[in-house]
Amino acid sequence: MNATGWAIRARGLRKSYGGRTAVGGIDMEVAPGEVFALLGPNGAGKTTTVEILEGYRDRDGGEVSVLGADPRRVGRAWRARIGIVLQLATDTPELTVAEMVGHFAGFYPRPRRPAEVIDLVGLRAKARSRIRTLSGGQLRRLDVALGLIGGPELLFLDEPTTGFDPAARRAFWEVIRALSGGGVTVVLTTHYLDEAAALADRVAVLCGGVIAAAGSPAELGGRAAAKAVVSWQDGGGRRSQATAEPARVVADLATRYGGEVPGLTVTRPSLEDVYLELIGGRQ
Amino acid sequence: MTAATSSRAAIAARTSPARLPGVGRTGWSRARVELKTFFREREAVVFIFAMPAVTLVLAGAIFGRLHAGHGVTVGNLYVAGLIGGGVMATSYQNLGMSIAVERERFTLKRLRGTPMPPAAYFAGKIIQVIVAALAETALLLVIGAAFYHLRLPASPAAWWTFAWVFVLGVAACSLLGIAASSLPRSAARNAVAVVTLPFLVLQFISGVYVPFFLVPPWLRDVASVFPLEWMCRGMRSVFVPQAVTLEPGRSWQHGQTALVLSAWLAAGLILCLTTFRWQGRQDR
Repeated sequence: MNATGWAIRARGLRKSYGGRTAVGGIDMEVAPGEVFALLGPNGAGKTTTVEILEGYRDRDGGEVSVLGADPRRVGRAWRARIGIVLQLATDTPELTVAEMVGHFAGFYPRPRRPAEVIDLVGLRAKARSRIRTLSGGQLRRLDVALGLIGGPELLFLDEPTTGFDPAARRAFWEVIRALSGGGVTVVLTTHYLDEAAALADRVAVLCGGVIAAAGSPAELGGRAAAKAVVSWQDGGGRRSQATAEPARVVADLATRYGGEVPGLTVTRPSLEDVYLELIGGRQ
Repeated sequence: MTAATSSRAAIAARTSPARLPGVGRTGWSRARVELKTFFREREAVVFIFAMPAVTLVLAGAIFGRLHAGHGVTVGNLYVAGLIGGGVMATSYQNLGMSIAVERERFTLKRLRGTPMPPAAYFAGKIIQVIVAALAETALLLVIGAAFYHLRLPASPAAWWTFAWVFVLGVAACSLLGIAASSLPRSAARNAVAVVTLPFLVLQFISGVYVPFFLVPPWLRDVASVFPLEWMCRGMRSVFVPQAVTLEPGRSWQHGQTALVLSAWLAAGLILCLTTFRWQGRQDR
């Protein structure tokens, strides 16, 4: 860990292409061992931000520290400590899964065992198959295996489950949770709210190149502090009450009705409500 | 892994860079992957590897028995010319096409994101090209010996000439291929035109598809600017030495051959160092 105590720290990160601003001044921190999600619509600047952190793109301004180093000036030793899962990598169709993973293992000083990583992403049955025979979801899992093979301290995942069916997505989430449980710091970009809610310790919503809101999925956009709405059936009509103390309201109602309250619901704004409000207000 | 062991590993990773795998090991690993990929890909094997052999068999069958003069058949000239063309196909055309595809498919970007030393990538390409070019040459020599009365030279001097023409030709054309891979906007749509068309033109005017003495003088002058003509001339001097009387100036001009190929080697190196990119135009 570096002197600042953060796995990643960015201050005033900026990048434009031509005259168009892709990233317009981002501040962010990621703690070691944390799963951090960058959420946002297409074109919000997620990939640009992540690629600057990965050392693929140069920035126009701001300070960035990733594992204690500026990604503009990093060497092979730094690269050995990070893992990158790119969007849409479809290369080397004529190698087998085991050949490809074994080949990449040879680039690292302390790689994980290829067979173990192939198992972890659920490709054991395909280990001896040529890469061109894999389905879209299987290719994505191979990408993840290649990101993991070096035993990274910090793993970047750019829209890792795009194109997955729901079962494959759940299986993939388990892989990420296992890694995170093992102490790996994970930064992922996604445009799926359920993915961010399921995996991330903290979420930043990126919109138009700036962070519109950041926090834990439960607290994002003041979600935890927002008033709950208690609603119930009363005679012929439906009544509802917004309150900061829903438990007390429910207890009062229970006393009044002498037990069960007809048609009782207690709701808070969903992550989706908060997210749509955030990006709707910015776009 | 606990936080303590992971931070110890992190410190070890920073303080012992020597434990990163070296260029030798990673370069050899790249070479094995490159060779497997090349020979498993049907398009590469057909369009790059088999094309010169098929051309030799066909052109030889049609024109091969014609006498070019002084005991030389057109078939003899085709064998030597296609060895030159085969060397350029397996180096220039092969790398120009395959690296353009690798850039477009993010293979290069993915490799760049690992601790692989960049030199290992180029070492892998060079070994793959040398193996493919030697195999191509051997294949053409077997066909030439079997059907076109090609006699392998006995003198060490001729083999020395073969060695330096081969090495300089492979090196110069490989670097030009790596540089050319950056030219097409899209590997899938433009690489054939941008990379292959100039090579096709050179093959017609440099003594590969048409015996060089039949090429009009002004086109010979154009061809002499580029490396292929000198590679073919060098190969003729090795495998059809009796054809010297058909050469412009009735001499093999080995000194000039070495000079032109070395100049292209230097130019190719400068082009590669200034233009090579791990990411495509749309991705920087």
